[in-house]
Order: sequence, then C-alpha cells, then structure tokens
Amino acid sequence: MDADGSVSDESGRRRRVHGMLKLYYGLNEEGKIPEQPQSLDPCDINGPHFDPELYLNKLRRECSLSELMDHETCMVKQIRSLDSDMQTLVYENYNKFISATDTIRKMKNDFKKMEDEMDCLSANMAAITDFSASISGTLQDQHAQITKLSGVHTLLRKLQFLFELPARLNKCLELQAYAQAVSSHRRARCVLQQYSHLPSFKGIQDDCNAIMEKLAQELRQKFRDGGTSAKDLSECVELLLQLDEPAEELCDKFLSHAGSRLELDLQGLETLSLPSPTPNTDILEFIDRGCNEFVSSLCLVITSYQELFNIPQMANGKLQAFVDDLAARYFSLVERRIQEEKGVGDNSLLVRALDRFHRRLQAVAKLLPGSAVPTRGTEIVVRAATERVKQYLSALQSFYMDSLTDVRQALATPRLSVAGGGTLPELLSSLSASILNQIKSVLASVHLFTAKDITFSNKPYFKGEFCSQGVRENLVVNFIRFVCQSSRQFCESAGDKGGSTPPALLLLLSRLCLDFETSTISYILTLTDEQFLVQHQNPITPVTTLCGEAREAAQKLLNHYVKVQGLIISQMLRKSVETRDWVNTIEPRNVRAVMKRVVEDTTSIDVQVGLLYEEGVRKAHSSDSSKRTFSVYSSSRQQPRYAASYTPSAPMDTNLLSNIHKLFSERIDIFSSVEFNKVSVMTGIIKISLKTFLECVRLRTFGRYGLQQIQVDCHYLQMYLWRFVSDENLVHFLLDEIVGSSAHRCLDPSPMEQSVIEVICERG
Amino acid sequence: MEDDAPVIYGLEFQARALTAQTAETDAIRFLVGTQSLKFDNQIHIIDFDDENNIINKNVLLHQAGEIWHIAASPADKAVLSTCYNKTSDSRVVSCAAVWRMPSDWDSGNHESPDDSAHNPQTLELLCHLDDSAHRNAACVLWEPMGDGKRVISLADNHALLWDLQESSTQATVSSTATLEGKGQLKFTSGKWSPHHNCSQLATANDTTIRGWDLRTMSQIYCIENAHGQLVRDLDFNPNRQYYLASCGDDCKVKFWDVRNVQEPVKTLEEHSHWVWSVRYNHSHDQLVLTASSDSRLILSNMVSISSEPFGHLVDDEELSEGEDNHQEDKSKEPLKDSVVSTYEEHEDSVYAAEWSSADPWLFASLSYDGRLVINRVPRALKYRILL
Repeated sequence: MDADGSVSDESGRRRRVHGMLKLYYGLNEEGKIPEQPQSLDPCDINGPHFDPELYLNKLRRECSLSELMDHETCMVKQIRSLDSDMQTLVYENYNKFISATDTIRKMKNDFKKMEDEMDCLSANMAAITDFSASISGTLQDQHAQITKLSGVHTLLRKLQFLFELPARLNKCLELQAYAQAVSSHRRARCVLQQYSHLPSFKGIQDDCNAIMEKLAQELRQKFRDGGTSAKDLSECVELLLQLDEPAEELCDKFLSHAGSRLELDLQGLETLSLPSPTPNTDILEFIDRGCNEFVSSLCLVITSYQELFNIPQMANGKLQAFVDDLAARYFSLVERRIQEEKGVGDNSLLVRALDRFHRRLQAVAKLLPGSAVPTRGTEIVVRAATERVKQYLSALQSFYMDSLTDVRQALATPRLSVAGGGTLPELLSSLSASILNQIKSVLASVHLFTAKDITFSNKPYFKGEFCSQGVRENLVVNFIRFVCQSSRQFCESAGDKGGSTPPALLLLLSRLCLDFETSTISYILTLTDEQFLVQHQNPITPVTTLCGEAREAAQKLLNHYVKVQGLIISQMLRKSVETRDWVNTIEPRNVRAVMKRVVEDTTSIDVQVGLLYEEGVRKAHSSDSSKRTFSVYSSSRQQPRYAASYTPSAPMDTNLLSNIHKLFSERIDIFSSVEFNKVSVMTGIIKISLKTFLECVRLRTFGRYGLQQIQVDCHYLQMYLWRFVSDENLVHFLLDEIVGSSAHRCLDPSPMEQSVIEVICERG
Repeated sequence: MEDDAPVIYGLEFQARALTAQTAETDAIRFLVGTQSLKFDNQIHIIDFDDENNIINKNVLLHQAGEIWHIAASPADKAVLSTCYNKTSDSRVVSCAAVWRMPSDWDSGNHESPDDSAHNPQTLELLCHLDDSAHRNAACVLWEPMGDGKRVISLADNHALLWDLQESSTQATVSSTATLEGKGQLKFTSGKWSPHHNCSQLATANDTTIRGWDLRTMSQIYCIENAHGQLVRDLDFNPNRQYYLASCGDDCKVKFWDVRNVQEPVKTLEEHSHWVWSVRYNHSHDQLVLTASSDSRLILSNMVSISSEPFGHLVDDEELSEGEDNHQEDKSKEPLKDSVVSTYEEHEDSVYAAEWSSADPWLFASLSYDGRLVINRVPRALKYRILL
C-alpha cells in the first residue's frame, strides 16, 4: 500500500513539472490535467486561472495591514519593471524590421546589373567558337605530315641503334659493362631475328652474335675463375641465363663454384679444429667462425641460387643434395670439435656455442624448408648434451673419489684432537656439503641446456627425455647409485685383504649413506624435479628405491665397521690367550696390559662412534650394576662347588648352572646386523671380542694361576665394558661363560677370592 | 609328511671330537671323544636304531688324556685313532695314537643299560703316532677307502705319513713334508683327498690352504688368504676331484676349484660366528653340512657346484617306465643353491658334524656341552634328489 502511494505521488510530481513546461510553451491542454490543483488555484498570480477578486479577498483576509502595504509596494515595483521591459522589447524589434527592409531593396538593384553582363559574355563565346573552327580546318593537312615525319625519325633512330650495336657492344666489352651489353643485345635481338632475311641486318646480327659469343665466353671465364665474390658470381649467372645458357649446366657450375668456396671455409675451420699446439680457440670462437663464414655463405648461396634459378624440381633437388653434402661435412667438423670439449668447467660456453650453432641452422631451415639440415643439427646438439651429461657424471664420480681420498688423508694424518678423529663430524659435514654443492653446480650447468633463451630448449627432447632420462636418471640417480656402490665395495674389498680401509672411513661413509637415505636423496631429487620440471611419463627410479639402496649400503658399512673393529680387538685377545703358557703362570698381581688396551680401544671406538651416531636406547640399568658384578662372579665362583656336589653320584663335569642359564637366555648372534646407534654398534663390537675370547679360552688348558688371571681380567673387563652395551646382562653372560670355561679347562680349579680380585682390579 | 624329530643324546663331559665309524656300512654308528681334565676320558660309541628311533651307547675308557680329534679306520671297524692332550708335571703335551676297541665292547652293555653300575672297558693301545722330533699332533687322517695301513698325522708344521705294520701295532714314518716360512707355522687341520689315487693332501695353516702331493711330499697349490681369518676345516667333494670346501673364523664357507685358486667358486655367509666344520655328503655332494660356534648347524643344498648340477639325470630305461613326463620337467628345472635347514637344537658352540657312513640321509652334530644331535635330511628334499 505504501509503495503504491509513493508511486502515485512520484508520477503526480512528474506530471506537474511537465505541465509547467507546456504552459510556458503555450501547449496547454486543459482537458488532460484536471487534477492540477496549483494551476487551478485562482490565487496564483502567475497561474492562468488567476482571479484578482479572490486574490484580493484572500490577501485582505489573511494579511495584516503592514503586510498588505509591503505587498502592495512589491507589486507596484514588479509592475513597473515589467512595463519597462516590455517597452525595450518593442523598440528593438522595430529597428530590426526597418534594417531588413533596406537590405532587400539593395539586392533588387544588384541583380538587374548582373543580368546585363551575362548577356554580353554569351555573345563573345559564340564568336570564339567560330574562330576556332576555321583555324582547325586550315591546319588539318600539316598535322598528318608531322606525324609521319616523327614516325620516320624514330625508325631511323632504331636503325641507327642497330647499326651502332656491334660497336657499342665492343665498347661495352672493353669496359666490361657486361650488364649493359646484354641488355642492349636483348633489345635488338628480336628485331634482328625478324629481319635476318635482309643481308644488311644479317650482317649486323652475325656481328652481334659473334660479339655476344665472345662476351659469353668472357663471362664464363669469369665465372670459372671463381675468384669473385658471391654477388659478382650471381650477377654473372644472371647474365648468362639471359644469354640462354642451359640452366642445368649453370646450376651445376654455380654450385660447384660455390662449393669450392665453401670448401675453403671448411678447410679453414678444419685447421682451427685440429688439435694445434696452441689450443687457444675455444668452442664458441670456433662455432662463431663456422657460423659467420660457412653458414652465412651457405645461406647466401642458397638465396642467390633460389633467386637465379626458378625451376623448382630439378634445381631444388640439386640444391638439397649440395647443401646436405656440405652440411654433413660441416657437422662432422663441428661434432669432432664438440667431442674435444672435455673440460667440464664452464658449460655456458658450450651451451652458447650450441645455441648459436642451432640458431644459425634455423636460417637454413627457413630458406630451404624440406632440408634435413636442421634436424641433423638438432641431433648433434642432443648428442652433445647427452655426452655432456655423461662427462658430468664421470666428473662427479671422480670428484667423489677425490674427496674420499682427501678424507682418507685427513684421517691418516696425525690426530689433532685428543679424542682421536675429533674431526670426524667436520669431515662428514664438509664431505656431504661438498658433494651437495658439486651436484648443485652440475645441475646448474646442465640446466643451461634448458634455459628459455636457448633456441633448442623447446625441442621435445630437451623438454622431456633430456630432463627425465638424461639428467634425472643418468646423472643424478646414477651418481647416487655410484656412491652407494662404491661404499659397498669398501666392505667387500677389505673383507679378505685384511682391512685396507681405515675403520673411521667406514663409519663416516655409513653415516653419509644414512644421511643420504634420510634427507639428501629426496632433497636432490626434488631439486632436480623442480629445476627441470621432470614429467614422469617414462619409468623413473622412485625415491624410495634409492633410499632403500642407501640404507642398505649404510647398514652394510656399519656392519663391516663393527666387524673390523671387533676383529682388531679379537686379534689382540686371541694373541694374548694363544701365546701364553697358562699352566705355568705366576699368581696374578695385575690386570694384563692387553685388557687395559682393550678397554682403551673400546673407549676410543665409543668416542669415535659417538661423534657420528646417536646414543641409542639401552635397557634400563639396574641400580646396583656394580653389585651385580659381584653376584655374577660369586656364581661363577660357586660353579666348582656345584660340580663337586654332583660328582659323587656321577662324573658330572658340565656346568649345570650355566646350562640352566642358557636354557632361559636368548641365543646371541655374534656377527649380526647392528642398528644405527652407538650402543648397538658398541654391543656388536664387544660381543665379537668376548666371543673370541671365549672360544680361545676353550682351546687352552689352565693352571691354577691361569684361571685366576682370567678371573682378574674378566672382572676388569666387566668393570669397564658394561657401560657401552645396550644390555649389560650380555656382557655378564659372556664373561661368565669365559670364566666358567676356563674353570673347566683348569687342572687345579681353585678360584681367587672375589675381594682380592677387586683389589687387584682397582689398583690396576 | 612330517620329518622325524631330531634325536638328542647327552654326554656327561664336554666334547669336541666326533666321527662316523667309517668301516661300518650297516649300522649307523658314531664315535665321540670327550674332554675332561679331571676324570678319565671316554669314547662313546653311539648306535642309532633307525627304525625305533632310539640310541644305544657304549662307553670305552680312554685314559691317556682328553680327546681333541678322533678318526676311524676305513678298513677295520675296531681300529681308531685319537689326538689327545696329556698332562704331566704341569706340562701339556699333545699326542696321537692308534687304538683298538676290545672285541666284546658291546656284549655286556646291552643287558644293563644303566652303565653307571657297569665298569667300562678300556681301549687297547696299538701304537703311538709320534716320535721325539714330532709332537703336538693336530689331527690324524686315514687313507680314504684304503686298507687301513696308511695314516697321516699333522704335527706342528710337519705332515707325517705313517705306515702301520703288523696289524697296526707298529708305525714307521715313511715320508714327511715340512711347512716352511717365517714365524711359528702350525697346521690346524687337513684332509686326505679321495681322488687321484689318494695321492693328494690338503692342509690348513692360519689363513692359508695348501695342497700336497704325497708321492713327492711337495706342495702343489696354495690358496693364500683363503679366509679372512683362521681356516678351521676342509673337506673334499667326494665326486668332483678338484672341488674343495673350507670354513673359518670369518663366518664363511668357501668352495674352491683347486685348478684356479684366485677366487672361490662360491661363498656362503649364513653363520653368525666361526664355522668349525664343513662336510660334504658322501653320496650326494650337493648336501653340505656346516657347524658353527653360533650354536647352529646348517644344511645347504649347493646344487650349482655339485656333480649333479641339473638334478638327477634320468636314464632312457627309466623314461620308458611311464611317468617320464614328470621327471623330464623336473630335471629341466633350474635348481638353485639354498639353505635347506638350520638346526638349533644345540645351546653351545657346535664343533663337529658328521654324516653317517651307513645312511646317506643321516648326520650327527656335537656341541661343546656334550650334546649329540642326530638329524635327517628333510624328506621332501630327499625325494627330490632321488626322484
């Protein structure tokens, strides 16, 4: 409802405005606006229905006297101004009317004068027409004569030209203005041909022909000399063609001449490319020269040839063959030169050279659309690129081997720090950083091949296969594989020939491989994929496979490290057991030096491993580690007693207690795989050492003091070794076995008092 | 088809020495020598009753000392040799001797299995295999398939070839070979080759394996660094004359072709500690038994380097018997080397393992705690080899 009201209100106002305009222009239509309240208002002084009577009454009714007075003065003022305005308007209109009347009168007079002059003009024109007709009538005869005369004149001129032609041609010949001569002769040729039945003309024709023959001869001579520039040559050919020389022959000749000149360029290039004693021309210079000399001349030859010989089939075929032949030789030169480019230092030079090479060949492609030259050129570029990738791979590999040698040297030089190989983490980080940097720089170098401003980078090969197969697989993946493989070789080669690889290197490499597995590989591959936008359409090696390989290598290296270190300690223990006469030894006063050495070595290995590997988890220590030692030893001390208690009934010699122990303990794998942490590594090494000790002890026979010495040694080992291993029970068990076994192998098993053992150990 | 469970026999003493009674081809019989410093040592004669799966044992006393090595004569069932340690005046001396078992060793024991009440009989000494110049015998080797007259003993760095005369009561050294080099060289083990008319011997010292020609007593080949560490044992392939297996402290078992000693033909790395013994099966040389101080015994099937690399070759006559197609398919299958089985019945280091001389599918192993385990080749494999 409200909306309706506002709409009608709106329309009402609009109509009102409209109405006022109409009123002003006198277009009022009363019938149409009955509802206009204002215009109907008889009190509106400007309205059409103004009623003075009503107005007055209204004023009188509504206003006070003073207001009435004011109203009156205002009204009087308005009336006066209206009067004066009206007067002015009347005067102005009157003046304008008068001046218009004057103008019209003057125009009337002027038109009359003009009419007279026009009549005079038409009379004169008629007289002129008469005169002109009479003159042309008289001149008719002479005109025909003049035309004839001028015709004779031109004929005579032509004849003169013909008669002068031999002389002129001769002169041209002398001046070597061959082009002029040929054009002159061409103009005359048809005429001479036409009138050759007349003897005089015949003579001229013969003369001309003789001269032209000479000229042609001379041209050919010039053509044959070949010393002239390509432009001259093409001019020559043009002239000869105009002289109706056989086109095919000319083609051949032209090409052979061009060929010989291009040959020179090629020879120049060849001398450049030869391995000269001063190899100062770099590849860019070489390619530049090749492009500027050979390729541009070739282009020139092609254009001039195509301009000269417009016979598509035959000529084109010849040209194709010609270009292909020369290009093949050029390519072989270029390829040879590229192959010489072995230094991997600056790739940008090669890429720029290849780019230029490729770009210039595009010109040939444009000139000669069907040619195989550009594709061949692209092939060369592709080959060069793959070759480069190979070189980079081998460079990376040799770099890796070199850095390994450096690391070896660093390890071999006298140790700077007290810990022994305190530089291991530094070596590791510098090694991995340098490998990473090298890979990055190689990637950057290779990336030049696919840069946007390089013309060949948008070839499908460089977009797809080069990135995925060439760079990712052949370069990066192969390198990572190489690292893993070479690491594995360290394990194998050293296995039989007795540890030619320093153990620290094994440890370092194992950590390197592990780092590779955890981060480096995926980082490198992501980097490669990002840089090269590798599209995974070809089967590619997934990251997980590589990581698996790296992990395997790391595991193998670490196992080997454990084995090597274990063997070093084993060897000491074995020698110490084998070389001693255990039956006739003296009462133990000290821990044997070899045991101290074992503990020292173990400690230094522990430090070494701790530099690269995390601590790892160990089973919770029992709070009374030292007391345990006691109890274990007391049990081993009791063994003879146990055995003694069984002897009456049966000759029970075996160690019942240890057998029962074995029944419930887990089987110990000695040379087993270790985990990637310090505790596991140390456990492995100690296991190997103690097992060796055990087996060696079992092969010997002991006297009373021999057994006691073993007791002392084992207690000493016990005091120091438990802290290195994940499960101290393992050390207890093995040492227990050793003491037990030596008690069995003892002729007079009377063990030493535990307290004495402890005193000796603490003293030593 | 279930495989028979292993049969376990426990000795009271620790033991390292085990051999099959080579001359016995009917009964499955093993000889074990014990090691004890305090009590009289024994030789246990273990008879295995295949049908009832039970063990009968007899004990003979070996009072001379603890036994480190034992070997049975190939000709006379009752004759055997031992290497033993004798302690006298707080000195330990290694000796070797040939013994004869009493003829009635098994007569009394059958009735009374409770041997603790029974007084065991004693071995009869035939002769000593050492003279004053050569002591410390490591092992005694009988001439394979010989008449029991020729014996080699390895003592320190000498290999002595003995002739036994007058029913083995007298032994004379017929020839010797000496290992020369720097340091104290010592033979650790050896094997008399059954090939070439029994004219070759292989020995191990430290990491080296050497071959000897017994006619001239000169070295014929030498495998330097055959193992990364000590070589523990050797065995000849009974069917392929140039093939030799070795094992050692590097946990590996290696197979060699002695004509080309640069590289082993094959290497096995299955054990996790030193391998102490390696034995070819006497008839089916693809079966190889290894014993290790990781308390395990491993039976491997080394088809690719055996004398039957393509499996059992089927004769034409057999082919006509009907199910030829089956057999042909089987014989063409490429067979792969594999570990047949790992035996974990032992709880201490296993120092010896031997095939039975009577039943090619049966073997015994001995661990240091005196446990003897008798096992069989898994039936599935047995039938695959036979059929």
